[in-house]
Amino acid sequence: MTTSNTRPVSSPDPEPPPAEIDARPRGPVDRLQRLLHAQATVGPAAVLLVTVCAFAVVSPNFLQPANLSLVLQQTAVVGTLALGQTLIILTAGIDLSVGSIMVLCSIVMGRLSADLGLPGPLVLLVGLASGTACGLFNGFLVTRVKLPPFIVTLGSLNIFFALNLWISSSETIRGADMSALLLWTGRVVTFAGARLTYGSLLMLALVAVLAYALHRTRWGRHVYATGDDREAARLAGIRVDRVLLSVYAVAGLVYAVGAWILIGRIASASPQAGVMDNLDSITAVVLGGTSLFGGRGMIVGTVMGALIVGVCRNGLTLAGVDVLWQNFAVGVLVILAVSLDQWIRRARR
Amino acid sequence: MSRPTSRTDVAPPSREEARTRPVLQARGLVKRYGRVTALAGADLELYPGEILAVIGDNGAGKSSLVKALSGAIVPDEGEILVDGAPVRLPTPIAAREAGIETVHQTLAVSPSLDIATNLFLGRELRRPGPLGSVLRMLDRPRMRAEAARHLADLGIMTIQNPNQAVETLSGGQRQAVAVARAAAFGNKVVIMDEPTAALGVRESRAVLDLILRVRDNGLPVILISHNMPHVFEIADRVHVQRLGRRVATLDPSGCSMSDAVAVMTGALDPDELPSGALAPGARR
Repeated sequence: MTTSNTRPVSSPDPEPPPAEIDARPRGPVDRLQRLLHAQATVGPAAVLLVTVCAFAVVSPNFLQPANLSLVLQQTAVVGTLALGQTLIILTAGIDLSVGSIMVLCSIVMGRLSADLGLPGPLVLLVGLASGTACGLFNGFLVTRVKLPPFIVTLGSLNIFFALNLWISSSETIRGADMSALLLWTGRVVTFAGARLTYGSLLMLALVAVLAYALHRTRWGRHVYATGDDREAARLAGIRVDRVLLSVYAVAGLVYAVGAWILIGRIASASPQAGVMDNLDSITAVVLGGTSLFGGRGMIVGTVMGALIVGVCRNGLTLAGVDVLWQNFAVGVLVILAVSLDQWIRRARR
Repeated sequence: MSRPTSRTDVAPPSREEARTRPVLQARGLVKRYGRVTALAGADLELYPGEILAVIGDNGAGKSSLVKALSGAIVPDEGEILVDGAPVRLPTPIAAREAGIETVHQTLAVSPSLDIATNLFLGRELRRPGPLGSVLRMLDRPRMRAEAARHLADLGIMTIQNPNQAVETLSGGQRQAVAVARAAAFGNKVVIMDEPTAALGVRESRAVLDLILRVRDNGLPVILISHNMPHVFEIADRVHVQRLGRRVATLDPSGCSMSDAVAVMTGALDPDELPSGALAPGARR
């Protein structure tokens, strides 16, 4: 002992260190759980990277620019639908009528253009308005009649699909009969060796607009708050019903843009197109890390989710795998993604 | 018990009275739900710079009273006055606009949003100029800075980062965020409904300190609580609610917790209380 004023070793610490956050030891698994919880897009990005690398190894043609732009084209329609679906799932809802709304819009536009010969911009406007009206119909039933979104959209799925068959007389409308503006989304631009369609670019533009709206505007914050805890949002002075109604309307508008991209992609308007896209859009949202329980997720994640589906289908095709096994693989991915979401949500204290 | 509610304070306010005029006052509130009468002519006065605790057994009408004051229910009869002027509070938003902020028992924070967003939820700030008016862009830097300032005003040191998601916070810290929001925007009254009910001992302590700081910063507080030690520790006056109306307003320094509980349950008539137990100046 050299100094005289050393405290006795046994003296109790006068103030225990503040144990605000729990002090239990964290293993790497725990840390990963917290990282995925804090950064919702890390998971989808990692999965996308792994699938791309895997298919790049399996089939040498996969990484060709031509093939990659094909993946993007194949993703554009489902990806656009998934953007609207994301908005609805963020509010803890679900939309089973996406595919029906899109097909209905494409048929409306096709008939108006091919049969009545109306000018392209007018037709497009009517098409976008139809999508918005379909969304408002769903939103009205959810907010005013207070029905669960699942039931509402299960019903409107059939209603819109029946309307689509009625308007189209179950016949495909040829692209050659339509205004060039409707087919514009199928046109190709060459961009640094890759051939992209305007449709793919339109989807990417939509991503930017929606991401901005969700994260940088009052409306977007209210969408998250509504999905996170509706009662808390209401008590905080948010008009929850208005937010929900606007979400369904915007989603409908986005599906109508999807219809435009679809017409360009298949160069026609078919009453049977996009029937599988209902569930694929939900798959993309879920794979993108958006929680089905609302309030958690990102638009960018959804694009990655849609790309994961697109990459898997394309890669398995290149590898010569039967379509039935592609569906099998997508199904497995969905179940894995939802399990992961459940696990991540447990990081909430 | 059947005596009519006293209205001895209807004379025009003298200068003396203006200084001690209630910030928030309820007169003869009645609320019936079918055959159940939740409020049977309830009165309440909240004076500047005080913490008024509201206690009462289950079914005494505490929460109905508080809901009426925070705009969550509309009473069938009676009136509510803010600074002496009658107000109508048909919605929670109307109460907020009248300067009455409420910290609800259910907290009303959005777990996955960050602290700054939660503080400004429902009254977000936009960027100045065309970024805000045309592009509707939120002014996140300013909201963060102001959130940090509000948290610092209340001495909430454990929260360093207003960008943190609320779900990463402990129960006490979440409560602190809710209190900070009420204190930041309430310019007349803050109502707190059972703020310590879900908290541990140490966290309750922190929230009580926070309530004292809100009062010391100049905002009167109505505190609804079941916890007698907490009530007696921080309240300036204790409003006892029983069978839908106020039966007494106690001075916590002049009576014991068991007296308060006895009055609350009806075991003791307020007239039998020792002198000094009733809060001065407050007519029951």
